[in-house]
Amino acid sequence: MTTMTPDAGTQDEAAHEARFNATVAADERIEPRDWMPDAYRASLVRQIAQHAHSEIIGMQPEANWITRAPSLRRKAILIAKVQDEAGHGLYLYSAAETLGTGRDELLDRLHTGRQRYSSIFNYPTLTWADVGAVGWLVDGAAITNQVPLCRCSYGPYARAMVRICKEESFHQRQGYELLLALSQGTEAQHAMAQDAVNRWWWPSLMMFGPPDDESGHSTQSMAWRIKRHSNDELRQRFVDICVPQAKSLGLTLPDPDLSWDEEREHHTFGPIDWEEFREVLRGNGPCNEQRISQRRTAHEEGAWVREAAAEYAAKQVQQQRHTREEDIA
Amino acid sequence: MSPLPASAALALGDDALVLSHRLGEWAGYAPVLEEELALANISLDLLGQARILLSLVGDEDELAYLREERAFRNLQLVEQPRGDFAHTIARQLYFSSYQRLLYEELARGDDALAELASKAVKEVAYHRDHAEHWTLRLGDGTAESHQRMQQGLNALWRYTDEVFEPIEGLSVDWPTLRERWTEQIAHVLQQATLTMPSGPQGDAWTAGGGRQGVHTEPFGRMLAEMQHLHRSHPGAAW
Amino acid sequence: MSTTDWPLWEVFVRSRRGLSHTHAGSLHAPDAAMALRNARDLYTRRSEGISIWVVPSTEITASSPDEKDSFFDPAADKPYRHPTFYEIPEGVRHL
Repeated sequence: MTTMTPDAGTQDEAAHEARFNATVAADERIEPRDWMPDAYRASLVRQIAQHAHSEIIGMQPEANWITRAPSLRRKAILIAKVQDEAGHGLYLYSAAETLGTGRDELLDRLHTGRQRYSSIFNYPTLTWADVGAVGWLVDGAAITNQVPLCRCSYGPYARAMVRICKEESFHQRQGYELLLALSQGTEAQHAMAQDAVNRWWWPSLMMFGPPDDESGHSTQSMAWRIKRHSNDELRQRFVDICVPQAKSLGLTLPDPDLSWDEEREHHTFGPIDWEEFREVLRGNGPCNEQRISQRRTAHEEGAWVREAAAEYAAKQVQQQRHTREEDIA
Repeated sequence: MSPLPASAALALGDDALVLSHRLGEWAGYAPVLEEELALANISLDLLGQARILLSLVGDEDELAYLREERAFRNLQLVEQPRGDFAHTIARQLYFSSYQRLLYEELARGDDALAELASKAVKEVAYHRDHAEHWTLRLGDGTAESHQRMQQGLNALWRYTDEVFEPIEGLSVDWPTLRERWTEQIAHVLQQATLTMPSGPQGDAWTAGGGRQGVHTEPFGRMLAEMQHLHRSHPGAAW
Repeated sequence: MSTTDWPLWEVFVRSRRGLSHTHAGSLHAPDAAMALRNARDLYTRRSEGISIWVVPSTEITASSPDEKDSFFDPAADKPYRHPTFYEIPEGVRHL
């Protein structure tokens, strides 16, 4: 985009910053061409990119079951869901692009391990029930995280999130419905559902990030209204939502310490294994290697296709120019 | 309105079911994110068509998951492994050109298929458009893409004869359909600087083709993957 | 730009007849024809639109937020352009 720039430099940095702070404080949105602090921009790029990467890496554990979906109805739902994730990745990459960092650059950072994606996707989907558990718990946790982002201070990110949240509501529902069918099905199906919930419960709780007292980026992000609630707050909200849902599914959550706290009016839950979280983050999860290598392969194997289309477009432009010159002559 | 013969619904339904499955294999592997969306859309359209067609014959899941390989009536063309992107586009071009011509004709009829066909023809026109645009770009793109596209077209050419085998119960002018198909393919390939394949369109084995339930080796593996979970839990609901 | 880099396009979607095209977002595509198709698949897969425009992002000239004052403030003091400026006696309808 080009800009008609009037006499720049009439206002000094401090005035810019004051205006930025006032806009954020008034709960108005910052838009791409507004002045913003470098750190705000960097923080947003990091967060949006990580979010975008999570969407496209997150396609893999579910796509893993497309060719084996046990009914045509479930198959259609799963294809549509994985497709949505690609779409959400695209919305988010374009939101990041408004901050001046292109998708190719961001993908490169992902492929070379310089940027992360949600570590939940480093866990494997071992049975069909995992598709349900991912929908119910992983998407459920994601939605809990994302709904407040619809009011994030950065306009393009907030707008992308509105669209994403609207579309994601079916993702969680289909997961719940899938698990319900299994839970109420044969003994083997019920066991499959319980096993999946057992494996996905704790990693889902880790999706909200480290406890508040250890979370590095939180305070500044809250001040900038990129983030609206603390990790622990959101995690608590999620647990409170899930407990009754698990009950109506006829499944249990794998936490012996889970209980209702009258005083706090919240569920108390057992300690999270943060060592596992850190290890997975460090690259030692069951699928880190596999996920990134599949992504890289798809990208590299697609290079000739992207080149071909770019080359074709260039030829067309040249041809048009040629024709135009001939017309003039 | 004359009832639709089961054999025709099965043939068309199986084509859509199997091609949808092969396109579904691209999820997470497309050459660019935008293409994840496009391939999934086509796969979903075809799956929708398959479900309607199979439901005309019986229970869609029983038909999809509990039939043996020899009972499937799809073309061998649609069951071939997806190959590289050029291979997939070559198949899309061959198949969607055929499907569009066929459904346009069926949509003009007055049987149970006409209504389905007139809805599907819009979807299929888009599939054809997608295939054509990519054929142009791969054919007239880089030297590598040109060579890959030509290779895909050549490799799948031998499965195109069967496409025009009359389907029992459908009143279609097959020779004319074939003629128009050949013209259309030739036109696109010429624009894309590609060459019309010259090899035989069928093979020398006379045992029959997909419409008779004679398939190629990769199909059995595809079904094994597609059916194993459903078959592992007899009678279960999903 | 590497040869695999596709340019960025801004996408505008008309959601139904009677409404104008609204900016929906952006995407990458090698050329206009593909941009339209990609936009259809990305921004209208839940039938959100009946018509799409795509514009190369580089072709958009934008006003700068810094000139907000000179560009937009003059409009801000002309409240008579807005219907709410006028007091209408109660009971008068269809105005």
